[in-house]
Amino acid sequence: MASTLRIKNGKVYDPINQIDGKVMDICIKDGKIVDKLPKNAPSIDAQGMVVMPGGVDIHCHIAGHKVNLARKFQPEDKRHDVSPRVNQLRSGTGGTVPSTFTTGYRYATLGYTTAMEAAVPPLGARHTIEELHDTPVVDKGFYVLLANNVCLNQLLEQGRTEEFKQAVAWWMNAAKAYAIKLVNPGGDEPWKGHRNTNVDNLDSKISGFDLTPRTIIKSLIDVSNDLGLPHPAHIHCNNLGHSGNYETTIETMRTAEGRRAHITHIQFHSYGGELNQNPISAAKQISDFINENENISADVGQVMFGQATIMTGDAPLTWTLRNMTKSKWVNADTECESGCGILPFSYQERIYTHALQWAIGLELFLMAKDPWRMVLSTDHPNGGSFMNYPKLIRLLMDKDYRDQEAGRVNQKAIAKTSLLDIDREYSLYEIAIVSRAGPARLLGLKNKGHLGVGADADITIYDELEDREAMFNIARYVIKSGEMFIKDHEFCNDYYGRLMHVQPQYDNDIEDVIRPFFEDYYTIQFDNYAVDDSYVHGAEVIATTNT
Amino acid sequence: MSEEGKVVKNAVCTFCGCVCDDIELTVDPSAKHITKANNACVLGKAWFLEHKVEDFPIAMIDGKEASLQDAVEEAAQIFVNAKFPTIYGLSDTTCEAQKEAVAIADFLNGNIDTTTSVCHGPTGMAFQGVGESTASLGEIKNRADLVMYWGGNPAEAHPRHFERYAVNAKGMNTPNGKDDRHVVMVDIRPTPSSLIADTFLQVKPGSDFELLWAMRAMVKGSALDDSVEERTGISKPVLEELIERMKSCQFGVIFFGMGLTMTRGRHFNAGALLELATDLNDFTHFVALPTRGHGNVTGADNVVSWQTGFPFGVNFNRGYPRFNPGEYTTSDLLGRGEADALCVIASDPASNFSAKAIEHIKSIPVITLDPKPTVTSSLARVAFTTATYGINVPGTVYRMDNVALSLRPAFDSPFPSDQMVLKAIKDRICELRGLKGEQATSAA
Repeated sequence: MASTLRIKNGKVYDPINQIDGKVMDICIKDGKIVDKLPKNAPSIDAQGMVVMPGGVDIHCHIAGHKVNLARKFQPEDKRHDVSPRVNQLRSGTGGTVPSTFTTGYRYATLGYTTAMEAAVPPLGARHTIEELHDTPVVDKGFYVLLANNVCLNQLLEQGRTEEFKQAVAWWMNAAKAYAIKLVNPGGDEPWKGHRNTNVDNLDSKISGFDLTPRTIIKSLIDVSNDLGLPHPAHIHCNNLGHSGNYETTIETMRTAEGRRAHITHIQFHSYGGELNQNPISAAKQISDFINENENISADVGQVMFGQATIMTGDAPLTWTLRNMTKSKWVNADTECESGCGILPFSYQERIYTHALQWAIGLELFLMAKDPWRMVLSTDHPNGGSFMNYPKLIRLLMDKDYRDQEAGRVNQKAIAKTSLLDIDREYSLYEIAIVSRAGPARLLGLKNKGHLGVGADADITIYDELEDREAMFNIARYVIKSGEMFIKDHEFCNDYYGRLMHVQPQYDNDIEDVIRPFFEDYYTIQFDNYAVDDSYVHGAEVIATTNT
Repeated sequence: MSEEGKVVKNAVCTFCGCVCDDIELTVDPSAKHITKANNACVLGKAWFLEHKVEDFPIAMIDGKEASLQDAVEEAAQIFVNAKFPTIYGLSDTTCEAQKEAVAIADFLNGNIDTTTSVCHGPTGMAFQGVGESTASLGEIKNRADLVMYWGGNPAEAHPRHFERYAVNAKGMNTPNGKDDRHVVMVDIRPTPSSLIADTFLQVKPGSDFELLWAMRAMVKGSALDDSVEERTGISKPVLEELIERMKSCQFGVIFFGMGLTMTRGRHFNAGALLELATDLNDFTHFVALPTRGHGNVTGADNVVSWQTGFPFGVNFNRGYPRFNPGEYTTSDLLGRGEADALCVIASDPASNFSAKAIEHIKSIPVITLDPKPTVTSSLARVAFTTATYGINVPGTVYRMDNVALSLRPAFDSPFPSDQMVLKAIKDRICELRGLKGEQATSAA
């Protein structure tokens, strides 16, 4: 593969550089975008095609202990969806939780070149990195679960906020994480230690602690900002899935007090109505709040009909769902750090709640005034597989198709939303925002999500088709770090991808605070805990802004 | 190096699935053996202290000493000339080696299986059927006030399980260790483990499933007649007291061993136990964990799962992974005379498989990788001597609760690691098959 390449005659969509469908050349040299190349450089003729930066998935579950449990758990989800070996490209299995190689190749097929694993207890970091290493093509990173960390919560409870900040920085380094993740803040202790109960209010005391969820949320938002992390606190709010939970979501966003925060899979947190009764849409209330508050960003967590796997650090939620579906269920607790629940799940058009969830997700996309802050996700595989993205893109771009699909689902649910009243259709430029430029910007990845000079040469070329689902289903060309990976729809190469992580500075003395806690309450040695550099092959450290 | 030799702190013991990582090793100044293994149990001490670098040939072909290079070539030729090559073992080697083994099976459209299929394979199958409620061992240490063991003898098989994780261990909500817990042992006979139990239930051999099912019924509040005692050996009042204890504890756990999974009922037994633990979550927090045997059998499950989607017994004959225990599990396929080449890594099936399977092993070309001679290696066409993981070889292993740990080897071995040998074989297979073996590396 030549180290230079010119893509000529393609229609380029590069929102970060305000390029909206202009026909222009993109030049690549040594894995980066450059402004020009010699005339005789190798080239691809992209006439009639659309050129975009590679897709960036800001929130998915693709590697680590819980993902691997979900794989082992569901052989029935795989035997109908196999992925044969292609020469040296490894075989695998698909379904809602594909094997690692298949995950990477399928992301690439859709034109995605970056994916972020969204929930890893630090004790599981080593395992996660091992799996990410076996997930080809995409660059990747992961978010580390810190909102139910017993040691950190004890520091908060004792008002030791500076040590809390130092300990958070230590933990991110030890795990080689990219961002801080909060899941159901404060909910693990009642779940694991108090007979499977939960927290339900930001201001109620957490069983076993003199501490409230709000304090945890506020503290981690502050620390993310104070450490200058490229991505702010990534928050899975309390009360996921409950009717009336939009108030908790808005309270959580208010807790940021103007500082940056990211609310993830916000669709699952946008329900009105009374607790324990059917939900109604609160997409408008949520959209209004986000439209008015520029410090807040979100990904949607769209629900797509069909098979999914619930897979979350929110163990009490999974137990609630399990008691509804009566299906097989996994609970997996991680000492001092996290809970986890896994459940096979199917979203069905005829079911009121599922149809409502589907419509609320679309409302959130379509009501967002600023698509840079309301980006695309299905919370793979919770709302459905990432393989649904092309269909989701069509739903956003094609009002007739959307209304036709809405006609096939539970009409009582649709009537509780404003979906049919919305005429908006996303443009290709806006799709490029929600699937690439927006997530890259929210992640603070300055070299991704765009095609300006100096950017990583992660590029996708699609045939321009009227059927947007077909168009986004299979990229014609995928170039990763300047290497051609898919050429004329065929895999022609293999590629590892890099692990991206942060290294916020901390005071070494914090180890004197953390070490005794380990000696008392962990079952592995403090000195065996941090993931060493031998695990990261081709890592990229993303700078924090205050170091 | 000082006169006293090198000290390795926080070394990881891979003798059993406890994977204790607090061992302090002292290496003899000659750097050829370990003189002290502080904190290790009797099994761990034997593992570390009796390990000597012996003067075995690096490789043998047909019983004759051979060079590593010739042996790799011979092994690769055996593999590419086989129609149904199968790879087995893997529970006593690093994840790094396990990955190479799965790659070989994939590139050859062969078969891969681990010793899980003859230990907790039924647990894996039960898990697929009913799920599980599980926890890392630190949760047990910090929280469990009711600890049950079923069909296992940790005092002899996992000697530090009590002290580090489950019984004497002192944790956040269990500051007094054993005094804060109630310990129940269920087994068909008293064992050294049952001596420490607050309650010992001697179940009739072969009636574990019946007992578990009766307990499920009681947890659900169903009436039970008195015949339960005749069927299981445990009286109804004893069971009633136990069930009440299980429902009212703060955090309960049942550990289970091969006394449950490899006796009558197998995956039904494991499934019943996992479901019992799940049912109890209606009342309190309750988990269940298999006590895994080999040092990295859990790693093997993990590697094979993330690379193929299935935990063991995986077949690539059609160019993609398929899973079917009984069909693609090694003891079964050898028993039917199916594989036409066998590669065994860190295991000895010729000493413990069925007579039919061993007969078949004797009739096909066999490749072995093992630090020591075994019955299987004595039958092998190609036998590699490899360095011992954890003592001589770095890498990753997974504890029985799926926690990954990095090994801290004590001294070098003259022998190559399993990973090095397997990678060399894989690379040669790729050459012979015209595949580009290695993934392209990052351009940046």
